[in-house]
Amino acid sequence: MKKEIPKKHRNDIILIACVLLVAAVGFVYLNFFRSEGNTVTVTVDGTEYGVYSLSENRTEDIYTGGDNQHHNRLVIKDGKAYMETASCPDGICVAHKPVFRDGESIICLPNRVVVTVDLADETETPDIIM
Amino acid sequence: MKNKSKSVAFAGICVALALILAYIEVLLPPLFSAVPGIKMGLPNIIIVFLLYRRGPVFAGIVSLLRILLVSMLFGNVMALLYSLAGGILSLAVMVILKKLNALSPVGVSVAGGVTHNVGQIMMAVLLLDTVQIGYYLVVLAITGTIAGIVIGLCGVLLVKRIPQKLI
Ligand SMILES: [Zn+2]
Repeated sequence: MKKEIPKKHRNDIILIACVLLVAAVGFVYLNFFRSEGNTVTVTVDGTEYGVYSLSENRTEDIYTGGDNQHHNRLVIKDGKAYMETASCPDGICVAHKPVFRDGESIICLPNRVVVTVDLADETETPDIIM
Repeated sequence: MKNKSKSVAFAGICVALALILAYIEVLLPPLFSAVPGIKMGLPNIIIVFLLYRRGPVFAGIVSLLRILLVSMLFGNVMALLYSLAGGILSLAVMVILKKLNALSPVGVSVAGGVTHNVGQIMMAVLLLDTVQIGYYLVVLAITGTIAGIVIGLCGVLLVKRIPQKLI
């Protein structure tokens, strides 16, 4: 029994090291190797709600759910997007740091709202971007 | 604890304890406030303890009841679906790893903590129809590991300290 314990602990450490290594690689990639985006796309329940430029400051109130009882306020300021207030019980989306890199997103799980930063082609019909 | 009604009563106490831990977690300020969505998964202490003391079936029943009740009290239908996905996946992984006998309870608990988060994210991908969740997985892998270590150590302590004949 005594001999078995160190081996298991070694395996524990290997497992923890592997998980943290994968996470660290992912973290470094996500934070340092991605270019900045220029638009944010809001989807509700998987369908597109709106596309907004990151270069213009604006506040967008997003109402979702039956009777529009859910609410999220998305703010775009100084090239970054963040959730200012939300009706969701967990408040995770509000606590999320502002996003601005291509592919970054803020997800409000309870209200099923997803805000994603994209790198849209500048030359491609910029009028559509609100 | 061969007695059936005694087992049922014990399961009830465990569910109640898990509920109290879930409530404490709701009251606590987010541990790593810079990072969203961080929950220690305190009720999992009970689940890890039960897995080692009473086996997978008992732990599974208590876990399921706990998830249903916590979602009804503090969450909504969406929260229930996420919790179910996370709870079932993590318990399944922990049961398999415990059977393989290659990890200590702490390692098993770490795997459970990480897969608990992975399960929730997978359900979110299904429901929200989006794959823009890489950031969440990274953060949740780290916090799941930390939570798993703490919970595993607590679980081991409980298994060691609570006399066998008591439960
Ligand atoms: Zn939210």
